[in-house]
Amino acid sequence: MPEIQFREALNQAMCEEMDRDPDVFLIGEEVAEYDGAYKVSQGMLARFGPMRVVDSPISEAGFAGLGVGAAMVGMRPIVEFMTFSFSLVAFDQVVNNAPKMRYMSGGQFKVPIVFRGISGAGQQLAATHSWTVDALYAHVPGLKVVVPTTPYEAKGLLKTAIRDDDPVIFLENEAMYGHRGEVPAEEYLLPFGQADIKREGSHCTIVAWGHGCLTAMAAAEQLHKDHGIEAEIIDPRSLRPLDIETIAESVKKTGCCVTVEEGYPTCGMGAEIAAQVQEKCFDDLDHHIIRVGSLDVPMPYSKVLLNHVVPGAQRVAEAVKQAVYFQG
Amino acid sequence: MITLVEQSQKVEPSPAQMMDWYRQMALIRQFELRCAQSYQQQKIGGFCHLYVGQEAVAVGSIAAVRPSDYIITAYRDHGHAIARGMDCESLLAELYGKASGCSHGKGGSMHFFDREKNFFGGHAIVAGHVPLAVGLGWAIKYRKEDRVVLCYFGDGAMNQGAFHEALNLAGLFKLPIIFMVENNGYGMGTHVQRASAVVELKLRTGDAYGIPGKHVDGMDCLAMYEMTLAAAQYCRAGHGALFIEVKTYRYRGHSMSDPQKYRTREEVAGYQEHDPIGRLEKVLRAKNLLDDSKVQAINNEIHAHVEEAHHRADAAPFPQTQDVWKDVYANPYGPYQL
Ligand SMILES: Cc1ncc(C[n+]2csc(CCOP(=O)(O)OP(=O)(O)O)c2C)c(N)n1
Ligand SMILES: [Mg+2]
Repeated sequence: MPEIQFREALNQAMCEEMDRDPDVFLIGEEVAEYDGAYKVSQGMLARFGPMRVVDSPISEAGFAGLGVGAAMVGMRPIVEFMTFSFSLVAFDQVVNNAPKMRYMSGGQFKVPIVFRGISGAGQQLAATHSWTVDALYAHVPGLKVVVPTTPYEAKGLLKTAIRDDDPVIFLENEAMYGHRGEVPAEEYLLPFGQADIKREGSHCTIVAWGHGCLTAMAAAEQLHKDHGIEAEIIDPRSLRPLDIETIAESVKKTGCCVTVEEGYPTCGMGAEIAAQVQEKCFDDLDHHIIRVGSLDVPMPYSKVLLNHVVPGAQRVAEAVKQAVYFQG
Repeated sequence: MITLVEQSQKVEPSPAQMMDWYRQMALIRQFELRCAQSYQQQKIGGFCHLYVGQEAVAVGSIAAVRPSDYIITAYRDHGHAIARGMDCESLLAELYGKASGCSHGKGGSMHFFDREKNFFGGHAIVAGHVPLAVGLGWAIKYRKEDRVVLCYFGDGAMNQGAFHEALNLAGLFKLPIIFMVENNGYGMGTHVQRASAVVELKLRTGDAYGIPGKHVDGMDCLAMYEMTLAAAQYCRAGHGALFIEVKTYRYRGHSMSDPQKYRTREEVAGYQEHDPIGRLEKVLRAKNLLDDSKVQAINNEIHAHVEEAHHRADAAPFPQTQDVWKDVYANPYGPYQL
């Protein structure tokens, strides 16, 4: 299997879907002539021309809405936010017009649109530019929220997102664009709502996705090496729909659960998963569910503060040790 | 077209003023070059947008307003902060993420603040601060104060909804605000011609929002001063807001990681021939206020000043990790004692 970068996997997914369906187009800031602020759309302008790979002015509300309108007549826009922090300028389009059109019109309109871009902190961009928007968008009925962890998932899930008849929020992470992984040469799609077991283990379940999943994997390796603790890592891959069955199955086996996210803990994704897990596994839990997340503060600039706020492998490992009553 | 000031009312800046502006511009330039170096050394993180080439805009315009006037700008804010008199050490400390930084290490390059100096930031969301300028202007009018707001933003910001809502409000309520677009030709890698339906930016406010527009050459510090002085008088007289299109140019990339494939070296070199510092230097030489040795002495002095600020900032302590909890709220429980 060829090994490619995360950003190339996304690029391939978009190109293949644009080859397949003339109604697919990409719009966003610096996506065309600049080849993408993070080079995800490299070469696409040359290949598809300026009507299908479109540079927008800095008008997020405008071009997000343009996407929704075009989708209402059957086009399949891919709207790139340079980061999802800027999607907040277009919040109304993303949380009202996109997800509620079908419902409000009694099913007359579908909105097959993908909003994609980076989400997350860690680059010292300070409070306004460091949003992790997982929970913000997973809160909204009518939206689907997808977070790939590997290049393989990035490609398969993005192709599914583009073909989906509903709006999909597709969350990437800047720090992962250069990561390499095996991606099949032949075409494939991956379903939403189907979790992946990233690591098997019998002592504690960790639910983690995207960049947080990489943190969890590092923690799991450390726990294995240092203490023989075997964590099982469940990566839901889509947060809405959420594959609670696979998570619950694992928790029934391990008897405890740690959630890892890079967003705020209050009303966060971990809180939602914890609520659903205790509904399904109340009698199986030997310890309360532990949420690991960002500290509950706006993201600071200074590296020493930032590193304290964003959860690292150490904090995940500590949480797992607590959950399994490890006595060091 | 409105006339801002009668020719007879024009005040010629004094030699001392012009020398001061020359120093300020030279200081900004050396500060920015220090930043570029410190960024390479990874003392600075995140996004860092340099002001090199645009120095005359902040220096000439801020010189024309009073310390009591309000200033607000976008993320390319180093030049404005220095022109406002914030000291290099507190700015570098901020860039290095230190507790002694002007925002205590919470803000970084894009979020310089100084309440005492009426410097209201440093804002990273494109055009997100333009409505704030309207709020500042509203408060001035409400309290019947003798102040104006000087609000800077880039050409790219004019394509945001927030900008247009703000301009309409300012026009409607006749608020004392000078809206100053620093048109440096590009929003990131996108030329104005590829982003704006109308290329002459001042046309986008006058008829639309009842805010008269003016043009000024942003590479000319003296022209910046004169225009802003007249604009401030207009606002103070209660006529409402003004819009000034400043034509300028940034020599460096948009931020520290910009391959700049969207323009040629020749284009940059062409603008450098009209360098704002060189231009004022010529004026001062003609007036016998500067000669080679004075220029050298000034540059040496500024270099020493920036380097000292750098060393102090570099040696300053980082914030304590528990400081992350500070300043989230004034009081989480509101005006109650628990
Ligand atoms: C709402 C929003 N969208 C996108 C960005 C990313 N971004 C930062 S600066 C910039 C270009 C702005 O250009 P301009 O307003 O002309 O200012 P200049 O950088 O030229 O000073 C962009 C697209 C942002 N910070 N905020
Ligand atoms: Mg610009």
